[in-house]
Amino acid sequence: MGRNVIHARKLKPQEFPFPRDMRSLLGQLDIELTERCNNNCLHCCINLPEDAAARNREMDTVFLLDILKQAADMGCLTVRFTGGEPLLRDDFVDLYLFTRRLGMQVIVFTNGRLITPELAALLAKYLPGKPLEISVYGMHPESYDAASGRKGAFREFRRGVERLQVHGVRFVVKGTILPPNRADMVEFEQWMTELGVENRRPRYSMNYDLRSRRDDPERNVRIEKLRLSPEETVSVLARNPRYVEEMREFCGKFIGPPGEKLFSCGAGHGACIDAYGRAQMCLPLRDPETVVDLHKTTLKSALTNTFPKLRETRATNPDYLARCARCFLKGLCEQCPAKSWMEHGTLDTPVEYLCGVAHAQAKQIGLIKEGERAWEVGDWKERRTRMMETKGK
Amino acid sequence: MELVLDAICTPSEDVVAREIEGELIIVPLAAGIGDAEDDLYTMNETGKAIWSRLDGKRTLRTVSAELAAEFNAHPEEIEKDVLGLMAELLRRKMVVVPPV
Repeated sequence: MGRNVIHARKLKPQEFPFPRDMRSLLGQLDIELTERCNNNCLHCCINLPEDAAARNREMDTVFLLDILKQAADMGCLTVRFTGGEPLLRDDFVDLYLFTRRLGMQVIVFTNGRLITPELAALLAKYLPGKPLEISVYGMHPESYDAASGRKGAFREFRRGVERLQVHGVRFVVKGTILPPNRADMVEFEQWMTELGVENRRPRYSMNYDLRSRRDDPERNVRIEKLRLSPEETVSVLARNPRYVEEMREFCGKFIGPPGEKLFSCGAGHGACIDAYGRAQMCLPLRDPETVVDLHKTTLKSALTNTFPKLRETRATNPDYLARCARCFLKGLCEQCPAKSWMEHGTLDTPVEYLCGVAHAQAKQIGLIKEGERAWEVGDWKERRTRMMETKGK
Repeated sequence: MELVLDAICTPSEDVVAREIEGELIIVPLAAGIGDAEDDLYTMNETGKAIWSRLDGKRTLRTVSAELAAEFNAHPEEIEKDVLGLMAELLRRKMVVVPPV
């Protein structure tokens, strides 16, 4: 007690959720409210049709409220509602308000089609605390409806965005590059600028995941054909004029061989709940051997017992050990247990497509030369140093 | 509004106060609280001690007297602290003064 004491102050971003020694058990919780979607996008890794059979298998409201309460009790500050299309749930508003009243901020991933005037007004009155994130599938009815697989979807999406604008609700937009909308990119970026959305720059999906429940081999064949090639990926990324500089800075901090341990990412430090009440280490990792049924145990048990053990998993696949475990492009490469499981049904099989994308990026920023394989590069530390010395040149 | 020690302040219904790992965190729910939508606020030990006594019954004078006794401090200094914090929280709409 004394003079000139500041009693209340704003938390700075670097303090979230707090210094490491005080960190709460759960910073953010992701919840897939449903796998159902009112779109039927060409590339989607998870969507189910809007039928009663899918709906009846989902978590009910009471179960979800209990999970949210468990999360708040563990110090969770942010909940991300995703799907499928989360706004398809009849109880979305109840879940949203309950989450906010527990003192957690909310991120909503949506296609925006179901944003009603009432919902926009509610979001303006009881702020989410984080911008909504809206996926965009084209800038014209023809391109959007073809990419989303739903006639009339474009009109509903634009109407939803307008309603958010009318009520001053913050949002970001995320582009999706698919054959029907590839010609829309420039227009998308102009529109984004005109909207004054919170994105600092365009964000695109283009390296699509296969069906994450490994439930549709025929569709997987189609998804593979929708992926941009590694070179096309780099050309899209390089639309950002600071791409090379930013990637060099990133690689200066985060590249290096991962070794045998499979989970060098943040998986399992937080949790994701699928539409049926199973806790996953991360959103795309649905290998039944790695999930925890929350009908049988608590979220805290998953975070303190199951996930820490799983995080110790080591690779045994000789191909992975010879390549990925020794590859210094880890950090740049999206190879991970979840992607491996989606592609191959194991946690430790190299995903050739991701390997190609990582190598193309490494070439672009000058880490490797044409034809080199990164796991065979012995002097990667020297290369990293040289690359950092050329940063900004 | 000029705050007086006989006022009773209560936390606004437009914020949620949470204690996480020993830290008191104030989470705004409605528009117009704080400087930006995603701001969160924390309080030091003095702030926490004051906030925990905003029960809708104690006047700020009572709050100050309790804290002066608890912390063995000069009552005038504590009253100044309490009034300062309440003024700040009122400005941010984190507390309200219910009509008598």
